[in-house]
Amino acid sequence: MELRPILTTLRRHKTASALIVLEIALSCAIICNALFLISGRIDRLGRISGLAENELVRVQLTGIGKDDNDVALTTSDLAALRGLPGVRDAIVTNQVPFVNSSWNSSVNMTKDQQQPTLSATTYMADEHFLDTFGLKLIAGRNFTSDELVDWATFNAPNSKVSLPSVIITKSMADKLFPGQQAVGKSFYSWGDDPMRVVGVVEHLVRPSDQGGDVGHEYSAILPIRAPYTVGGNYVLRVTDPARRDEVLKAAVDALKRNGPNRIILADNTMTVQTLRAKYYQQDRAMVWLLVAVCVALLVVTALGIVGLASFWVQQRTKQIGVRRALGATRGQILRYFQTENFLLATLGIVLGMMMAYGINQLLMGKYELPRLPAIYLPVGAIALWLLGQVSVLGPARRAAAVPPAVATRSV
Amino acid sequence: MFAYYLDLALRSFRRNKALTALMVLAIALGIGASMTTLTVFHVLSGDPIPQKSDKLFFVQMDPAGKDGYTPGEEPADQLTRFDAETLLRQRRGVHQAMMTGGSAGIEPQRAGMDPFYADARFTSADFFQMFDAPFQFGNGWSANEDEKHERVAVISKDLSQKLFGGANSVGKSIRINQHDFRIVGVLAAWRPTPKFYDMYNDRFGELEQVFVPFSTSRDLDMDRSGSMDCWDNKEDSDDPEGETGLNAPCTWIQYWVQLDTPAQAEAYHQYLVNYSDQQRASGRFERPTNVRLRDVMAWLDFNKIVPGDVRLQLWLAFGFLLVCLLNTVGLLLAKFLRRSSEIGVRRALGASRRAIFTQCLVEAGAIGLVGGVLGLGLALLGLWAVRQQPSSYNALAHLDVPMLVATFVIAIVASLLAGILPAWRACQVAPAIQLKSQ
Repeated sequence: MELRPILTTLRRHKTASALIVLEIALSCAIICNALFLISGRIDRLGRISGLAENELVRVQLTGIGKDDNDVALTTSDLAALRGLPGVRDAIVTNQVPFVNSSWNSSVNMTKDQQQPTLSATTYMADEHFLDTFGLKLIAGRNFTSDELVDWATFNAPNSKVSLPSVIITKSMADKLFPGQQAVGKSFYSWGDDPMRVVGVVEHLVRPSDQGGDVGHEYSAILPIRAPYTVGGNYVLRVTDPARRDEVLKAAVDALKRNGPNRIILADNTMTVQTLRAKYYQQDRAMVWLLVAVCVALLVVTALGIVGLASFWVQQRTKQIGVRRALGATRGQILRYFQTENFLLATLGIVLGMMMAYGINQLLMGKYELPRLPAIYLPVGAIALWLLGQVSVLGPARRAAAVPPAVATRSV
Repeated sequence: MFAYYLDLALRSFRRNKALTALMVLAIALGIGASMTTLTVFHVLSGDPIPQKSDKLFFVQMDPAGKDGYTPGEEPADQLTRFDAETLLRQRRGVHQAMMTGGSAGIEPQRAGMDPFYADARFTSADFFQMFDAPFQFGNGWSANEDEKHERVAVISKDLSQKLFGGANSVGKSIRINQHDFRIVGVLAAWRPTPKFYDMYNDRFGELEQVFVPFSTSRDLDMDRSGSMDCWDNKEDSDDPEGETGLNAPCTWIQYWVQLDTPAQAEAYHQYLVNYSDQQRASGRFERPTNVRLRDVMAWLDFNKIVPGDVRLQLWLAFGFLLVCLLNTVGLLLAKFLRRSSEIGVRRALGASRRAIFTQCLVEAGAIGLVGGVLGLGLALLGLWAVRQQPSSYNALAHLDVPMLVATFVIAIVASLLAGILPAWRACQVAPAIQLKSQ
């Protein structure tokens, strides 16, 4: 295929060619970045929490004013909940995943460290915690009931009680003790005394987004027996996920019966699966929005190509007729327009890659996004090449259908 | 002449229905997307208290311990309770108030209503006057009642409706956290957007339902909410109030002050510097003096009040609009040049270049107008979709008059800009060549 005549023609239609190139370039740049944003959101949506999510329900309640009887009430609450039919285990904890607030504490390796090593979220839990949440212990052991500290004792003015042990996530263990066995090692976080790692769990997500992507699994579990007035989260693990709603209702009733002067926070009382769905709703909406923008961009660009190509075909009808009369086949005419489009698309894609990179640089500065991985560039390129070829097909076929006799007519 | 050009434009549209529809649709999509995101942005970045946003200032100083200090960093966001209470006592501003978000357990005295939790604000007397809070009934409380730790409350219109059926409830009693409070005022409907005075709870949420004196809230140990930063180990403290105690090394109080003139603001800044210096001299502060006095808009800006997603969507939408416009430029160019011979005839019959140019622009503008109307419909649809989203700010996404005007201005200006290049090319058509090739 001769490129010369195509280039000559394009040179005579500089403005229109430039417009198409620019449109393709912009679309390419936006689509590359949008795809990258989408993949980031999808990664978030797929985050592993470590929990047996579809077996858990959460009830949140709170007292009205001060409750001096909270410790005893918590004990009887738990007994009542654990005795419900269909309940495998139940706990009370200061925080649960998939709500946008978390308890966080800085972690130091030495007592007088100036800048903390990292910030970890802290779950307060008894020995039922691992089983209830469904966490997988990959090293060490669970808490024993004799190492649990009462919240009131720990939190009392001038208390000198220290925490004997802590369970952390693998992600946090790898950060604190890279390449070493974490069990048996210590760090400083709550109180003046070191806390010894007794166990490592595979996954446990931080409830909020504090700490960003890197820190989303920096979680520590402390052996503290807290009353329901600290966070007010009762989490129940059911034996049969299909009966979750039933158990949830029974749990609410049981809690109401056990201590009537309390308020169940209905908006926060639901299955953990629903909590998760709500937590990521914004991200899911953003993914659909970005997909819609990409599709709209592709459609608009395709229509633009169709429009301009049709115009060119119409304008060059006579020229095409002459070529056909001089012996050019339909295939040659078809390929002429396809090649022309390929050249324009290539130019647009090259320009678009540079713009994509530029936009990414801008986003990196403004939104702390990572660098655009190179894989998005060929993906965007192939998409636009295909788009160009598909759009030009119609007008090109119309061009190929021009009969040679046109050459003999004066328009 | 304009009517004639419009007539020509309409004829041209009729001749090329598909092409025209394509252009209108592209502009409508671009405008619809841009206006949807621009409206959300406009709502979120608005001035919540335009009449005095330049007179209200948020106070910051740096009371944290020297551990973890990096020179040049921003001071703590909020104040310690000790500093806030001291500044409040010294009353150096026109008005001032300390505050924190919290919650209140309310037991309705109406049969058949369960107790419920309501968002609350623990603040001091000047809050209402300083922020121009509108009252339906009664008033706020006075500094005297702050000092006496009185059990008084101001409630929102919604809560008054819920508990008292909307009747004037001033003087009535409300049971909060198992204590009786006297209602002194009922607020009228009020929703500062964003809720500028507290960046640490839902920033676009609804107004709190209960307001009680800060001093009283501490007596009853009411639940606070929002962010709190502490720096010393709590073991050193024997305060039964713990982290919310007067001397606790924790920042959790928002402090606002009204200063009417730049001179007052300057003087107040100096006062804060002096205060901070004194505190360091007495050994309470360990870091170098580092105070900030930001007015409402600067404070919102500092807190990046518009969520990142919303800004990203705005950029995305305008990128999309740009592609749509490029598309329109290309199609208009094709359309005008296809009519070269017609233009040649008109030029030969005496139409000036300017006349051709104007005629083309009228055609482009007409496309913009129709695209704008359609785009407005799409924007309304888009905003409806936004309002179905969960975050509290989404519910606020409504088109107002300035945005309505902006839609048409943007649509027409954009299409005129898109028309300039094709129109210029069209008026360059040489009549002689066109006539000859007929």
